[in-house]
Amino acid sequence: MRIATRPARGRGAHSSSERLAKGLGYFSLALGLAEAIAPGAVCRGLGLRGREDLVRAYGAREIATGMAILASHDPAPWIWGRIGGDAIDLATLASAMRDADEEERRSLSLAMVAVAGIAALDVACAWGLAGDKAIRSGFDYGDRRGFPRTPGAMRGAARDFRVPDDMRMPKALRPYGSGDEPTRARPSYM
Amino acid sequence: MRALVWHGTADIRCESVPDPEIEDGRDAIIKVTSCAICGSDLHLYDHFMPGMKSGDIMGHETMGEVVEVGRDNSKLKVGDRVVIPFTIFCGDCEQCRRGYYSVCERSNRNKDIADKVFGHTTAGLFGYTHLTGGYAGGQAEYLRVPFADTTHIKVPEGISDEKLLFLSDIFPTGWQAAVQCDIETTDTVAIWGCGPVGQMAIRSAVLLGAKQVVAIDRVPERLSMARAGGAITIDFSQESVVERLNELTGGKGPEKCIDAVGLEAHATGSIDAVYDRAKQAMLLETDRPHVLREMIYVCRPAGVLSVAGVYGGLVDKIPMGALMNKSLSVRTGQTHVNRWTDDLLRRIEEGQIDPSFVITHTVGLEDGPEMYKTFRDKQDGCIKVVIKP
Repeated sequence: MRIATRPARGRGAHSSSERLAKGLGYFSLALGLAEAIAPGAVCRGLGLRGREDLVRAYGAREIATGMAILASHDPAPWIWGRIGGDAIDLATLASAMRDADEEERRSLSLAMVAVAGIAALDVACAWGLAGDKAIRSGFDYGDRRGFPRTPGAMRGAARDFRVPDDMRMPKALRPYGSGDEPTRARPSYM
Repeated sequence: MRALVWHGTADIRCESVPDPEIEDGRDAIIKVTSCAICGSDLHLYDHFMPGMKSGDIMGHETMGEVVEVGRDNSKLKVGDRVVIPFTIFCGDCEQCRRGYYSVCERSNRNKDIADKVFGHTTAGLFGYTHLTGGYAGGQAEYLRVPFADTTHIKVPEGISDEKLLFLSDIFPTGWQAAVQCDIETTDTVAIWGCGPVGQMAIRSAVLLGAKQVVAIDRVPERLSMARAGGAITIDFSQESVVERLNELTGGKGPEKCIDAVGLEAHATGSIDAVYDRAKQAMLLETDRPHVLREMIYVCRPAGVLSVAGVYGGLVDKIPMGALMNKSLSVRTGQTHVNRWTDDLLRRIEEGQIDPSFVITHTVGLEDGPEMYKTFRDKQDGCIKVVIKP
């Protein structure tokens, strides 16, 4: 029997992947709030001229993802959701390059590097969480039967127990052929 | 003394609190030698059950040694070794005299609140909200036991705490879940949830002679423990529960279905699970009844649904049409612990079953808060935590 006196660090407590997921959740929330509240300023900073409505929508997406990561017992699906969001962000930044002037191109390039860096963190986090799950699945309790003999040999060992009347099935619902079949009600004149 | 104290959602701390004192002549104080974290404690940890207050002491699976006895308590003496049932019962009221201890009419000192919420009060419980009396729990160094002259199970020396502790709750809970199915030798018993209560229900169904026992979960280590106990397992994240159960029963469905999950079902990939999550988030539903829906759907007509998993409030979209038209019987309830424990203690003494198989972690009280998270998140292979204060 495996008895741990303390859970192993990194599994019983928050693993590094879980801590990273939490950090990414807060990051999502902060970025989302900035995008939702001040899309104009964010667009100016990124070189995304005239795309305030789009940035506001991305802000709502970030807030929802951040909340889901922080509230969920299993943040992994939401981290994968963030990776999808990173791809959309990169595509949006790349598409803006065509109409950008030189200064905006510089801002857009810096933003793309930053998003790529965050995307790498997201991917590392998702892999780490998957690894945690794999570790979690590594326990085999196949020897924990709780019986002195095999379950097959123990089947029915408590047949000496009499189910109390208040917990018995009504006769009418017992299996056909058990000798407990219901009798048909007879009219009183018979 | 030190105790595990609830302060809010996912906030349990090991703190110093005042020692308990005798408050009534029937009371006793026990020095706790072992206690455990129960799956239903997680409903409090996640704050799905209403009625907790910051500062409440957790725990309702407890055993130990009597160190003080009230003046009117002639059944216990200092030094007695006792397991404490999680339901507090007076032994005198109409329900107790019928053996329905978990709905004792007198032990809930907040009866007025319970009457309003449930229509009529249920028994007082240790460490389980002010709705059930607001009694201090047993994840502590000492525990005051109200109505202690009836609320105890005397146990002999010479058997380890680990074998006896679960007489307090999970063993009789799993046992009653199986007993109220009235199992026949031709029955297939399907059990949703392979946590500690599910594991006890599996073994109870085997001992009571079910033809086949099928256990449903998605956590690999829980499924491996279920197989060790004699169950055929279904990983609901990998295959359809309904299809597989029908396959195993010649298309007719299991005769007996046990819900050992309760209000926090973690279904994946089903529309109703997403629906429940959304409604719960909007405070339009308190419990997630995926298992109830699935049991009603798959159970053989004229079968029995036995609900041992804890529900706290309101559920939605229960297929009442199927329930009624299929002539299903529904049996529910917190277990009437002492109704079963003489018999179960005999089975442990005779070696028919050793409930300690379920223990995966043994820790000190100071590690309790961390273990709540480990248990809740099913990490580190955690199935059952025993705490040694």
